[in-house]
Amino acid sequence: MAKKSMDVLVDPLVDNNPIALQILGICSALAVTTKMETSLVMSLAVIAVCGFSNLAVSAIRHFIPGSIRIIVQMTVIASMVIVVDQVLKAFFYDISKQLSVFVGLIITNCIVMGRAEGFAMKNKPGISFLDGIGNGLGYGLVLMFVAAFREFFGSGSLFGVELMVLDRNGGWYNPNNLMLLPPSAFFLIGLLIWIIRAFKTDQIESA
Amino acid sequence: MENYLSIFLNAVFIENLALAFFLGMCTFLAVSKNVKTALGLGAAVIVIEFITIPANQLINQYILKKGAMSWANGFIPETTVNFSTVDLSFLAFISFIGVIAAMVQILEMVLDKFFPPLYNALGIFLPLITVNCAILGGSLFMQERSYDFVESCFYGLGCGVGWALALVLLAGIREKMKYSDVPPPLRGLGITFITVGLMALAFMSFGGIQL
Repeated sequence: MAKKSMDVLVDPLVDNNPIALQILGICSALAVTTKMETSLVMSLAVIAVCGFSNLAVSAIRHFIPGSIRIIVQMTVIASMVIVVDQVLKAFFYDISKQLSVFVGLIITNCIVMGRAEGFAMKNKPGISFLDGIGNGLGYGLVLMFVAAFREFFGSGSLFGVELMVLDRNGGWYNPNNLMLLPPSAFFLIGLLIWIIRAFKTDQIESA
Repeated sequence: MENYLSIFLNAVFIENLALAFFLGMCTFLAVSKNVKTALGLGAAVIVIEFITIPANQLINQYILKKGAMSWANGFIPETTVNFSTVDLSFLAFISFIGVIAAMVQILEMVLDKFFPPLYNALGIFLPLITVNCAILGGSLFMQERSYDFVESCFYGLGCGVGWALALVLLAGIREKMKYSDVPPPLRGLGITFITVGLMALAFMSFGGIQL
């Protein structure tokens, strides 16, 4: 049992990463990655929503009629997202303003919905909770990786701490503004997928 | 009128939901393998955006916003509740997604009854539109920028057209790409991401246009 819980938690990190392999949840993932800070908050929000919605869906799975299960899951997820949004607005107002609509878009994040439908409906609450956390972590991992690149090369800093002094502040580093623009996120994820699949050749698509 | 036109063009080109805000990516990448299905899905998204964004705008304006319920004052006699102070905006997420799910369901039934060929062509994509972030995202942007009713109609249409345009363009490129020699680990998803990045780069050139 202990080993299985560990697998459920660790498997989505690289081997079965929700973004790189399953193409889930990219929608909200890319827009928030210009800074480490916002991506960290976004990852924590998704981990929380994914974990607790899995827990809740799994706990009531025997009482959900099959024909309306999507709507029930949607309602559970939407309620969790409202809680997260209110917490962010109360304690981290600035970051919540920067994330703007993307907190709300966690509702339609396919990872959350996918895990609720694919895992929580069939498994016990405890293990579903771990599965939710694991998938949230896998999502967060990609987010942080992309954000680290974009913030380091785009603004010369990590978590807002200036590591390479910008030339406009009298330093030497001329920032690459492309990194702050949307296209760079696509390139970085594309390259990340390339790297993962170069080592894990079983993930290569035949087409 | 100029204002409306600029909202429309802005939503189609400059702030394209797919290429500038990454919305609806999951469907965007999954359904762009050939132009024909991309066209069908694009049409469905345009219709749904055009219906749901104005509908959500009405809900936001008359029920959810702070003070929006003031029309209910005096409706119920002998009550002490002052509806002008009611602020339901925290319910926005759950009511928007409810409206979207309901609209998709209604559209599905209408198409099934009156336009069976189109219904069959869209198939599984129609219900999947509910969980397309581009739809919910459009409504949330509408709320954040507080568009009025007519503006939100144009914004909804623009969002849909912009998303559909990006989808069809990507599908066209991917059809051509079947004949290219791509390194194996990059095949499929990886090269698609890089293609979309290049498309986003091209669309950014619209950013210099002043409307």
